[in-house]
Amino acid sequence: MTTDSPGVADHQTTPAPADVDVAISVRGLRKSYGVHEAVAGIDLDIARGEIFALLGPNGAGKTTTVEILEGYRRRDAGEVSVLGVDPARADARWKSQIGIVLQSKGGDSELTVAETVRVQASYFANPRPVEEVIGLVGLTEKLKARASSLSGGQQRRLDVALGIVGRPRLLFLDEPTTGFDPEARRQFWELIGQLRQLGTTMLLTTHYLDEAEALADRVGVIAGGRIVEVGIPAELGGRHLAPARVRWVEDGRRREETTATPTAVVQALSQRLGGEIPGLAVQRPSLEDIYLQMIGEPA
Amino acid sequence: MSVATPTTETTEPDAAPQLPPASQVYLARSRVEIVEFFRQKEALVFTLIFPSLLLLIFGAVLNYDIAPGLTFVQYFMAGMVASGVLASGFQNLAITIAIERSEGRLKRLSGTPMPKSAYFVGKVVQVVVVGVATIALLMVVGVVVYGVDLPATAEKWMTLVWVTLLGLAACSLLGIAFSSAIKNGKSAPAIVTPIALVLQFISGVFFVFTDLPSWMQSIAAIFPLKWLTQGMRAAFLPDSFAVREAAGSFELGTVALVLGAWTIAGMVLSILVFRWRDRADG
Repeated sequence: MTTDSPGVADHQTTPAPADVDVAISVRGLRKSYGVHEAVAGIDLDIARGEIFALLGPNGAGKTTTVEILEGYRRRDAGEVSVLGVDPARADARWKSQIGIVLQSKGGDSELTVAETVRVQASYFANPRPVEEVIGLVGLTEKLKARASSLSGGQQRRLDVALGIVGRPRLLFLDEPTTGFDPEARRQFWELIGQLRQLGTTMLLTTHYLDEAEALADRVGVIAGGRIVEVGIPAELGGRHLAPARVRWVEDGRRREETTATPTAVVQALSQRLGGEIPGLAVQRPSLEDIYLQMIGEPA
Repeated sequence: MSVATPTTETTEPDAAPQLPPASQVYLARSRVEIVEFFRQKEALVFTLIFPSLLLLIFGAVLNYDIAPGLTFVQYFMAGMVASGVLASGFQNLAITIAIERSEGRLKRLSGTPMPKSAYFVGKVVQVVVVGVATIALLMVVGVVVYGVDLPATAEKWMTLVWVTLLGLAACSLLGIAFSSAIKNGKSAPAIVTPIALVLQFISGVFFVFTDLPSWMQSIAAIFPLKWLTQGMRAAFLPDSFAVREAAGSFELGTVALVLGAWTIAGMVLSILVFRWRDRADG
């Protein structure tokens, strides 16, 4: 597996190299529903082996984008290459290299967990052994349980089992943990961590900030049908470079200073005020502040 | 694992593997369709058992003769066998496909390398199994409880077989097409069941067809159930009854023609309107 990830800052200007290290390449993608422009010109590169999160609020264009990449939707404009193929002209052999975990709608299949995975496996040339996949998603105890009897979190795990049984090179996960309680989400994150070990490329969409931060190598923030930023989670929005706010109380009044060098400011204050600084607080913008700013909502 | 190229560890072979033979997928789909049907209590009761239940009830209430030596139960038997064909094909598929579409199961299937034909092959196998089981159960109940006569000659058995198969083909395809007209899977039974019920009333299932007002007979003649029922009467009633039919015969040629036409219409409609995704899903 390569450890190089494509350029972070210059992703929108570098043309897509048509080599085997690129799993997904998107240029100028557009899609409208009537007068509503759901996707308004997206560029994106995802490397093989990478876990990429598309983060954005509901209605930002995440699902539309992903469904175009999955071959479910037609695009109005732009170039798309997924595993070297245009998904709009995808055939069964292309589909055999893709795993798709759709937004869950529930369902009440009367098949057991094992039967559900087994029939899915029959569509693929070289599927993973059924029991191995079920073990991987932690459903071994539910092997013979009806799919309809599973809890929401267990159903989602079954969805993932169906997504990975064909040994996909690329796995799409559309809002995989929506509706989960915190415990189920933690468990799900662990599962994704295990899949990472297998070297599967993943594109996941989420509107949970902490999820993107916990899972993804890189995050693309999408709002209003555009990607407003791509970066590694720690550097999103230039957070690591963002000026800090130093607050304190002097002469009975609240004072505030925004600075790139908060340590120096605090030192100077300490000298001036003789040791302890009353009401001292040093704040950097949280990822949430940055995110809300990026998607254009009042922080 | 690439053997020849010593370049890097990142490159897996780019060529997609060969897909499994379609016949293997057909088998797998057929198996799950049958298993799922027999595990769904609603389907089991309303599709497979309901016709026999109606035969039991109506046979007990309407046990009069409609012709010398011919009971209404014998006439009703032919109607119930036809209704069983309608239920296994039309009601069953219109309802279950609408539900599967609403639940996103069809969308998920269409995102896999499964040959699209495998889904329909599975449904066809299910319909044939369910149809044959429904008819077999009707025959057992009819013979044991009411002493109904089964088709009397080899020729009449052949009539039963081809009318059943052609009827299942027409009803299945119409069911597949009709499922696309149902917006929400949850409401599917409430939409489909009354259609079947009305057709049964006007097609000579619950009443002797020739006793119906002629305008009703004319409306019924547009739809397949009237012809399906008439074909079943040719199998279950003595030839002497043919003169009591509207046309003075069982019109088996017309039965084949009309059912065949509905089969073709159902196929064309299915190809035109079948969707793998919910309408609400864009």
